Amino acid sequence: MDIKDIIKEENLVYSKTKVLTDNVMHYCPGCTHGVVHKILAEVIDELNIQEKTIGVTPVGCAVLAYNYLHIDWQEAAHGRAPAVATAINRLYPEKYVFTYQGDGDLASIGAAEIIHACNRGEKMLVIFINNGIYGMTGGQMAPTTLEGMPTSTSPYGRDVKMTGQPLKITELIAQLPGTCYVTRQAAHTPAAVRKLKKAITKAFDNTGKKKGTSFIEVVSTCNSGWKLSPVKSNEWMVEHMFPYYPLGDMKDE
Amino acid sequence: MTEEIIIAGFGGQGVLSMGKILAYSGIMQGQEVAWMPSYGPEMRGGTANVTVIISDSRISSPILQEFDTAIILNQQSMDKFEKMVKPGGTLIYDPNGITRHPERKDIKICKIEAAEEAARLKSAKTFNMIVLGAFLKVKPIVKLENVIKGLEKSLPSRHHHLIPMNQEAIQKGMDIVKL
Amino acid sequence: MAELKLMKGNEAIAEAAIRCGCDGYFGYPITPQSEVMETLMARKPWEETGMVVLQAESEVAAINMVYGGAGCGKKVMTSSSSPGVSLKQEGITYIAGAELPCLVVNVVRGGPGLGTIQPAQSDYFQATKGGGHGDYRLIVLAPASVQEMYDFVDLGFELAFKYRNPVQIQSDGVIGQMMEKVTVGEFKPRLTDEEVVKRYGSWATTGKTANRDRNIITSLDLDAYRQEQFNLKLQRKYKEIEEKEVRFEKIACEDADYLLVAYGSSSRICQKAIEIAREKGIKVGLLRPITLFPYPTKAIQAMLGQVKGILAVEMSAGQMVEDVRLAVEGKVKVQHYGRMGGVIPTPNEIVKALEEQIING
Repeated sequence: MDIKDIIKEENLVYSKTKVLTDNVMHYCPGCTHGVVHKILAEVIDELNIQEKTIGVTPVGCAVLAYNYLHIDWQEAAHGRAPAVATAINRLYPEKYVFTYQGDGDLASIGAAEIIHACNRGEKMLVIFINNGIYGMTGGQMAPTTLEGMPTSTSPYGRDVKMTGQPLKITELIAQLPGTCYVTRQAAHTPAAVRKLKKAITKAFDNTGKKKGTSFIEVVSTCNSGWKLSPVKSNEWMVEHMFPYYPLGDMKDE
Repeated sequence: MTEEIIIAGFGGQGVLSMGKILAYSGIMQGQEVAWMPSYGPEMRGGTANVTVIISDSRISSPILQEFDTAIILNQQSMDKFEKMVKPGGTLIYDPNGITRHPERKDIKICKIEAAEEAARLKSAKTFNMIVLGAFLKVKPIVKLENVIKGLEKSLPSRHHHLIPMNQEAIQKGMDIVKL
Repeated sequence: MAELKLMKGNEAIAEAAIRCGCDGYFGYPITPQSEVMETLMARKPWEETGMVVLQAESEVAAINMVYGGAGCGKKVMTSSSSPGVSLKQEGITYIAGAELPCLVVNVVRGGPGLGTIQPAQSDYFQATKGGGHGDYRLIVLAPASVQEMYDFVDLGFELAFKYRNPVQIQSDGVIGQMMEKVTVGEFKPRLTDEEVVKRYGSWATTGKTANRDRNIITSLDLDAYRQEQFNLKLQRKYKEIEEKEVRFEKIACEDADYLLVAYGSSSRICQKAIEIAREKGIKVGLLRPITLFPYPTKAIQAMLGQVKGILAVEMSAGQMVEDVRLAVEGKVKVQHYGRMGGVIPTPNEIVKALEEQIING
């Protein structure tokens, strides 16, 4: 059988969603961002809200997320994505607004902005990628870095006596009356990806229904920053991150 | 004509609103006006003062170091502003609570016993309008009809029923001021 | 319809915002400008025109809300006073870098640090020379009356959208707190979402439709050569602004032997100083920059054949005087007179400074 006989419409088992661009992603092989981007794009496509969706990118590895999804984007200053998204949401209440932020952006420099946006119950969705490290700047300690975890600014492991305990910001967010859906997910197995996709779909649905802020933490890997192979990173995440950052819904109203 | 006025007293005496009514009166007769208050912590229970300028032409500085007329309603303001009246200018004061009366000989000094009169009328709120009446008697730079229009403009309409009372107080001030 | 009102400068900013069709105000309280947001909240423009008014959690959040709103092609603004405007510098440079239109109002108070709440003009460098990082400029308007506070809101938005550049109204505690007679204009309707798409849909995040590529609001370009090209484009824009948008006023300059240069509230005090000086027989005039960037350099140069000396008067240690000196290029004597930390110079002080530093100096 010739290859041309196989490449036919009726044999198609998978196609890339049109919401994803053809740009080659700059993320490291094994990085969680690519998976989450793809899920986001698929959900936007499936809900048919491409024309109504406006994304806000952070400072961090995902700063260039606007290269990968065919939607309108704003690139915010470090940590300020929730403030930027607040205005977009207020001025275009019929749009689907989301922020996509990492742990340094959301839980450190932007802690005030995320807490207040969630407390106001901005009708938006937050994707929070938590890999416990600053990836973009080269593996520095994040507020979510685990105790004892070595990074370039905690080379002997995070000393919690010096820097405090890893911040469970999602648990904090879940306390805020403005949030309607707060969940912690992962993207390391096909089952996890399916669950994450469900969560993102629900969150967009909440946004459309003007229910409040939906907040999805994705416990992620940074194999470059962690200095582990992608496979080892996933194992390390399951073994060390999940016990401290347990997966599951914290709030679903 | 340009009239540069300072009104000074305690916070709560209606100093700022009196200035505002005066400024509005100026607008009602087509003049240029400026109203410049002291602001900040000074306002909290301490002294309050406001500069009001009414002029036929464009007003230059809202910040002044000397005034045509000073309306003085407490001792601190007397100490501060008596010396800032232009030679030949006017000082109007309420002697209530004043321990050192004005001493200058080169200015016109007028007394208005507004606090006493307001107490007699059992209407503390008319105090500043009695003082305004005294000013208008001494310096009739704005017509009474325009002051009433100014009152209408500066008071929210839910308070418009108070205008006749204010008008009476202004008249009272005009009657009892000692030139 | 147009009306005559007695208003504080800060109230005039709020009233003008509502009447000129502003879509959103995002602010944080700070003396001496809190009346801007207070007036808006009392007026409830969301019921009247649909304008959004939001008290943000910080000045930082407020300016980033402005970024978000401006990125949507909406007419948005913030206001603050000096310490708050320092906090906003991050957002302002991003807005300049992303070429977004917006209006920032600074009711300047004395510094440095927490300083005082009394009026000052010590943020001239911050407003005109950068403030935030990078080679960018704001268009800076300096009102000298409450009427100008009102008028410059509409003018500011017009310039902001014309050049896709942030505009700053540089006021101070005197102009903000003072009441004057103001002619308020007629209501301009806010643009509908469809009109925004039509006018600004080529760049604003109005939602990616099938007929266009995605719009991206960003100030990031990691390619140094492209970033340089972008910077050159910005510089061409600033050059055009310098050629077309200079605004100034000359008072009593026809026969002037000496010149005062002052903006905002200082220019008002200088007018009184001129009255006093002319009574003494000193022929002095005033050049009042209305735009601080672009600066009226040529207007000052045009006076050089006529005047024997120039006194720049500011409530600062001498910031704007540097731009006067750059214009004058040493051709006549230029001196600075100023008070700082919230102290306002008196007209007599200015006359004395003119006599001592310029005429007899």
